[in-house]
This record gives sequence, C-alpha cells and structure tokens, in this order.
Amino acid sequence: MKPIGTIIEVNGPVVEARIREGVGLLEQVWVGEMRLAGEVIALKHDEATLQVYEETSGLRAGEPLFGSGELLSLTLGPGLIGSVFDGVQRRLEVIKTEQGIYIQRGATTEALPERGWRFSPSVEPGCHLHSGALLGVVSETPLIEHRILVPPSISGTLIDLVEEGEYQLNDRIALVRAEDGQEHVLGLTHRWPVRQERPHSGRLEPGPPLVTGQRILDTFFPLSKGGTAALPGPFGAGKTVLQHALVKWSNAEVIVYVGCGERGNEMANVLEELPELTDPWSGRPLMERTILVANTSNMPVAAREASIYTGITLAEYYRDQGYHVALMADSTSRWAEALREIAGRLEEMPAEEGYPAYLPSRLAAFYERAGRVRTLAGEEGAITIIGAVSPPGGDFTEPVTQHTQRFTRAFWALDRSLAGARHYPAINWQTSYSFYSEVVAPWWQQETQNDWLALRAEAASILEQDARLQQLVRLVGAEALPDRQRWVLEVARLLKEGFLQQNALHLIDAYCVPERQVYLLKLFVRLFELGRELLEAGIPLLRVRQALDLPRLLRLKEAVSNEQSAEIGTLQLELEARFKALEPTGEEG
Amino acid sequence: MREYEKADRIEGPLVFFEGYGDAAYGELVEVHFDGGVRLGQILLTGERLAVVELWGDSAGLKPSDLRVRFLGEPMRLGVSTEMLGRIFDGLGRPKDGLPPPLAEARMDVHGAPLNPSVRAYPQDLIQTGISAIDGMNTLVRGQKLPIFSGSGLPHNELAAQIALQARIAGEGESFAVIFAALGVSHDTATFFQERFAASGLLSRTALFLNLADDAPMERLVTPRIALTLAEFLAFERNFHVLVLLTDMTNYAEALRELSTRRGEVPGRKGYPGYLYTDLASMYERCGRVQERAGSLTQIPVLTMPGDDITHPVPDLSGYITEGQIVLSRELNRAGVYPPVDVLPSLSRLMKDGIGGDRTRSDHPAVAAQLYASYARVQEVRALAVIIGETALSETDRAYLDFGQRFERELISQQVDEFRSVDETLDLAWQVLSRLPAGELTRLSEDEVKRFYLGRLDHGGRYG
Repeated sequence: MKPIGTIIEVNGPVVEARIREGVGLLEQVWVGEMRLAGEVIALKHDEATLQVYEETSGLRAGEPLFGSGELLSLTLGPGLIGSVFDGVQRRLEVIKTEQGIYIQRGATTEALPERGWRFSPSVEPGCHLHSGALLGVVSETPLIEHRILVPPSISGTLIDLVEEGEYQLNDRIALVRAEDGQEHVLGLTHRWPVRQERPHSGRLEPGPPLVTGQRILDTFFPLSKGGTAALPGPFGAGKTVLQHALVKWSNAEVIVYVGCGERGNEMANVLEELPELTDPWSGRPLMERTILVANTSNMPVAAREASIYTGITLAEYYRDQGYHVALMADSTSRWAEALREIAGRLEEMPAEEGYPAYLPSRLAAFYERAGRVRTLAGEEGAITIIGAVSPPGGDFTEPVTQHTQRFTRAFWALDRSLAGARHYPAINWQTSYSFYSEVVAPWWQQETQNDWLALRAEAASILEQDARLQQLVRLVGAEALPDRQRWVLEVARLLKEGFLQQNALHLIDAYCVPERQVYLLKLFVRLFELGRELLEAGIPLLRVRQALDLPRLLRLKEAVSNEQSAEIGTLQLELEARFKALEPTGEEG
Repeated sequence: MREYEKADRIEGPLVFFEGYGDAAYGELVEVHFDGGVRLGQILLTGERLAVVELWGDSAGLKPSDLRVRFLGEPMRLGVSTEMLGRIFDGLGRPKDGLPPPLAEARMDVHGAPLNPSVRAYPQDLIQTGISAIDGMNTLVRGQKLPIFSGSGLPHNELAAQIALQARIAGEGESFAVIFAALGVSHDTATFFQERFAASGLLSRTALFLNLADDAPMERLVTPRIALTLAEFLAFERNFHVLVLLTDMTNYAEALRELSTRRGEVPGRKGYPGYLYTDLASMYERCGRVQERAGSLTQIPVLTMPGDDITHPVPDLSGYITEGQIVLSRELNRAGVYPPVDVLPSLSRLMKDGIGGDRTRSDHPAVAAQLYASYARVQEVRALAVIIGETALSETDRAYLDFGQRFERELISQQVDEFRSVDETLDLAWQVLSRLPAGELTRLSEDEVKRFYLGRLDHGGRYG
C-alpha cells in the first residue's frame, strides 16, 4: 500500500485529505497510520472528502492516506456461505481470534477462508465464452453448488482451463482471450464494487410464491419470488422475530441476512440458532444456505451505510449463479439514518426530517436490485427483498416508511395494539396489502387443488365484517347484536386466534405448510357458512356455538402437525355432520 | 506535555486555536484559565486549526487567558474491583473523602463494540422478586431492559427495589450493582445512597453521581464511565453486573444542548440525528461473552416527557433495548405499586429465560394468557363505561373481576416484598381462575386441568 495523500482535517467520521495522486470518487482508501477503512465521497481540486468506516478518535492532520485503486468492493467466490461479515466484508470470526472480544480499529481480514476447493470444469478450452458464462462448479456446501462464472466485464475465447482437482482461491483456473487480444487470467474469485448493480440479460415477471410458512403472509399477503416487501412497525411489534422466522422457514435457496444497526444480543441469537436449526425443505443445517452481515448499532455508522450494499451484492452474486435468493434487511431505517448522519457531517441541505434529498432515489435503487431475471448464463435467478422499517413513534407517515411503500409491492404493517395483546405476528390485516396475490394464485390452485382466491376472499370478508361490527360492539356490547352478527364475531375470533395468530416459538406451529394453511382456512370458512345456514333456519346461536367447540378449534393449529394436515379434513367432516344434525327435522319442528 | 496558548475565538463552548496542527481527534484536554481548570475535548482538528469543546460554562472566559494542556489520549478510567463500595462523581473522582482506588487497568471510557460473534445469547434469569417483572417481563442476565416512566412516578423506588432484591441462581457467583445518576436532584441521589446503605449492600455497589447542577457535558461521560467499570467487572473479573442509569432523558437533553451549541442540523424535537447511534453506543455495552462467566445487565430509567412513549428518547431507546417496563400514571393514582402497565411492557429475551428447566413449565403459557386476558379487560372496561356494568354479559363481568384482582393481587406488592417465581405463578392461577376455563385458550388443556382452581365445566368443555 502506498501513500497517496495527507490528512488535513478530522471531523468525526468525515475526514478531509490533500491528494497527491489521482484518486476516483467512491474509491476505497485506508486512512491514517491506523489504516482505518474509508471511502472517497467528494473530490474538489486536490482535496478529497473521505467517509471513514471506523471510529476516528486519535487521528491527526498530517497522517498519510493510502489508496486501493478500486471502488469499495467485495471478494466473491466460494466460502461466502456460512460466513458472518461486518458491513464491509470483514469476517467477524477472524477478528475474534485475532483481537479478542472487542472489535479494535484497523482490522483487516481476508474476505474468504483460505482453503482448497474441488473444482470441476464444465466447458472445454477453445469455446467462446460470453460474460457471466459457466466455467465450472465447486461444491460449497451440501446445499449449494457454487457456479464459477466468467466475471461480468470479461468475454472471449477460452484458451486454457484447469482439470478437475483441488485449487486454492488464488490459483489460476482459466485463461480467456478477449476480442481485442487481451488475455484475462481467471481464478475462483473476482471483485465487484458494491454500489454497482450486477448485470443480467433481462427481467422476468415475478414468479411463484416465496413460501414462508407464516399463515397470514402466505395466505393473505403473499410475496412472489423476485418481489419486494416492506415490514414497518414500531418497536416491540415483532419485526425482528418475524424476520428471523423468514430466515428460518422461507423456501429461498440462499438467504442473505443483513443486521443493519441491530441489537448485538439478537445477532448472537441468530448466530447460535442457525447452525442448530434444519431447513424444513432440505433437512440440512440452515447455515449451509445463509450469509450473515452483522453491523450492530454500536458498530461504526459509515459501515452500516455500506452493509445494505454489501448484502445486495452478495445476493446478486448467487442470483447470477441461478439461485433464488432472499435478502432480509433489518432495519432499513438505520441505514437511512446513517445516510442522514453522514449528510449532516457534510453539511448537505436537509430535506424531509433532516434526511438528504436523495433518500428516495437511494431507496428506489436498492429495491430495484430485487427481481426475477434471466442471468447472463441463461439461467433463471431471483432476489426477493424484505426490508424492515422502524418508523419513529410508529408513525407510518414518516419519510422512510412512505418512500419504502412507494418502491415495494407488499406491505406488512405491524401494529402496536396487536402486539400489546400478544397477537403475533402483529400484522394488521386491514392496513397490510400485497400486489402479488393474483401472481401466486395459480401456484396455490395447483398445489392445494382448491379455489384459493375464493377461499381467502371469503375469509377476508368475514374479517372485514368483523372490523365493522367491532365498532358497534365497542358501543353497545356483543350481547346486543343479532345472532347472525354474533356468529360473524365468533368465526372472526376463530380466524384471528386460530389462523392469523402463529407462535414463532411453538414446536408445531412455527412453520405451517401450504396444505395445512388451506385445510384450516377451508374448515373455518365452511363452518361459517354452515352456521349461518343454521341460524337462518332459526336454530338458536347457543346451540350452534356448542357444536362449534371454539376452544378445541383455537388449539387446532398447535395440535395438528404439518404431516397430519389431512386430519383437519377428517375433523371438518365430523363437524359438518354435527352441524347437519342441528338442522331442523320433523321431530324438532 | 503539549500545551496551546491563547485562543483566537470563543463561541459558546467552542474554543478555536489557530496555528496548531498536532491535536488528535477526540483527545482530552484540560483548559486552564485564571482561577480554574475545565475539561474539554478536541472536536475538530486540522492543519492549522484545533477546536476544543469545553465541558461546562464558558461565561467570563477571555481567549487570551486560555491555556490548553493535552492529556494525550481519549478519556480513560482506572478501573478495579476496589471501586465497589465507593462513591464517585460524574467523572469518576472519589466523592466519599477516601483516596482514589488503585487502578488494575486503564480503559478507554468509550469502549469498543463487542464482536457479535463472541456474544453468548442471554438466557439465565435474574429474579427480581417482582411479579410484574418475573412473571410477565422476565429480566435475563445480559439484557438491557429500561423502565419508561413519567415525572412523579415511583421509578426510583422500583429501580432501587430491583437492585436490592436481584438474585441469580448458582452458588459462588459474584454480583455487583453499578449505579449512575445522570442529572438527578440531590434528593434522588440521597434516596439511592440511603437505600443501598440501609440494605447493607453498599459493599457490592459503586455509585457515580452526576447531579442536576453539574455541568451537562460531564453527563455525557458519566454513563460511559459506569459502563467501563461494568465491562471490566463483567468480562475481566467474572461478576454479574447490574447497571442502573437514571435518568436517560437528562442525558439526551445534555446531548441536545451540546449539539445545538455546535450548530448541528437538528432531527426530531431538536435532538441530533445521531441520537440513536449515541444511545446505542451505551445500551449495546451489555450482554454475555462466550467462555466468560460474567454478565452485564442494564436497567436504564427514563422519564417520558408528557408521558409520550413516541417522544424521541423513549422511542429510540425502545428500538435498541430488549423490551421495556412501562409505568402507568393511572395505576399509580389507583394506588398500585409498582404501577407497571403490562400491555405496552415487554421483555424480548424472556422466552429463553423461562419455562420447564428454568422456572416452571406453565410459565410461558401463563404469561401469554395473562396478557391476552388483560387486553380483553381493557375492551370490557371501555364497553362498561358506555353501557354500564349491569348490561355486560356474565363472561364480561368475570373479566372485570379478573382485571381488578390482576392489578390488586398480582401486580401490586410491597416495596420490600420478594416474591419467588413459584409464588407469582400460583397467584397468577388464582387470578386466572376468576375467568371461565373456556376463556383460557392460551393454556393447554393439561395445564388448565392441573392448575385451574375454578369449575372446569363452567363455560368450557373440560372434565
């Protein structure tokens, strides 16, 4: 590393330097004798403004500045899966062995573990390779076959390719000669700047659902693979628990979890739990498909700003290999605040609530990196983004929530009053929405052989009637309502407590397969119809209620496991018979 | 030791020295003037400019009289186990007339972030003997659980009760309490001192007192000093440390004052945009570390201005801490102590600290049921106001009865009363048994059969 300039002023994480040699905007730099990681954020004549990712106390004017010659970039290659990085791809496990329990400044780690990988070539020398084409594969984990691709900026004729065997990350794997005659040596890894979207050869429509095993999401507010969802909520409403549930249960092939300004203890929970949990789809440890980016709230704010980009770039890298990746970011508000904090230090003109005017365009650019695409290699790949938002005071009209809502197509609104009553997940079914329902409907019809759209419309209508009646109940009490309306309240309670509520910690209920979701919903909707018919025929509510047996139905979700889903169908027949028995016959007159 | 002489300008707390270029950012300095010394810190350093931020008042200072002596490092605290049993001021200087304790180590008061991958997930209970906490918002070693209160509510009594009653399971574990007063009145400081002294537990306690009339800038250091000692005791000396910080609202106000005087862009209610990061840099200094026995638990106390939970201080705190204990003015008025409003209260780490092998197998479900039923009580009470109690259904009237008893019998207790978790859960069942068994849907049938004290055939299908 050679010095390229000298520090002339230090003001918190913002440092001014006088540059002797050419340096580019957004180039990664190392600041001062301590070599703190930083980035060039403004250039004026021979002066550069730097954003430093680490605490700057102790730094003085006159200390040197070192250049890296490239933009803030990641090393992409086998070994990413299962790693825990900070916001700028330093491996926390390595920092632990080198520095003890605290993260000291100036830490540097290799981005990927140094080890050999077994590489099997997929092409023959002599063929023409376009950028992003497949060179060969490495078995990264039992779940993930890592596809080594020609980096996006390179194409040409394959001059040389190694034979199957074990190779180190730095070994030469292939030699490609470009059209212009330039030769490129390719290894198992390549570098990519985090703020630049990786190319693909075209967008596809959002695809089948991202099955999460969470009933309220899958059934009422589904997310499509390649879609985007916002998860706003006040503190204590369960954003993080829900994000963790999605990390554990959703049927993506690769999960990138970005803990952005999050709690250290929660990160510890994820780190302890994931290696022990098994993926319900493959039966393998969850860590074999997961990458964690952990920049907790007490870690430097500039690295927090970068962590979101680190996360999405990792996601794109696996998308390009033809995987479906889900990115969970908790919380994008902390990222926006980091933007605000840095903008403040640069004395930029604030727009709404002190946020810089470019907040919406940055948010839009981030969410636009989601999507289902045709990769350069011709495969299908997708990135689904689920971004948690932490609105101050739980006020959804604040800028980050508002703008996020504009750029995402599913909105899962968490509600403080539901959380107060310990109704979890505390997703408000009246204010939440999803534009993917129609998109995923064919999958559900096919998978469960039911008229899924009609079923959920029926259930939604019961909940809707309930919401209106509840206003009345608050004024006159449930007792004062006619039987028909009280029946709506009764079944709505069943839907709310027996279907929408789901205990993320319960052995059986934490994860609910689509089949069980439909069985439960069908049962409740069917009972509603039968009960209504009975009431219309003059049977008193008391008797219908007795036949319903609410306590048993409320516990059904925790009593019948995924494997036993069909038993709910059996129970439905039993209850239908019991209801039928109430029908007025000759005897009862 | 380096010195700067003659400042060029003074603007509020900021002192500008031109022509000096060797100050390190964040370095601590002593500012000498005729008749006194104040501490200060380097806020900006350039090639020919150093800006010193003065802690304390700058009224009457003349630029030409000022001399600055560099202490050569960011603020450090000499820490030792001998600090237990002692009383210090807000900057860590002895206040009890005894000589300073011999330092075992000198640590940067700003600390460094704990590496997330060395943390151990907190899951060992701390018993406080308080039903509202142990039963429904369990405190766990390594957790940060603030008390959200309002002016005039008994948060100090509750904080003192927690500190005095806190117990951990396990033989031979050493337990320490560190108390940091942030801009509190002399009365409050005396109250805590006396409560600790009277209980005979002063020997396991260190007090750091930044009082209301101390310089606000010093208030920004006091919690960091307290936490620096706490980290040393917890992670180097294997203590289980409980840190009480009261009142964080005073801290945030000092930060706002400083930020305004620096001329920074204000965020919500004039607080600086980095309030979240600043609070996190303290709250996150707690937890457990793999392969080390100690733990650091924090109970910050804060008063919500205007009882508004969406005010930036409680709001941002709530986003960082692992739950909150919310006190209610209404319950306090009704004579309930501790006036814990359980519905907005929450302990995020509770789920792993309770249950079968830790407390009792029915604990998680009982807590969930209490929450659900008490939420229903609020609805029924609202309805009763409109249509009158007599017009309520039998079940709704049972809820009213349950609500009364829940507040009077389960939440209420004496200021020096220690209730074991078993006692709390038994009381909870007594109270829950005022409801028809059929209403207890958060409990399993087995649990209801085993613990329910009322008639099982009443309103349910049991038996």
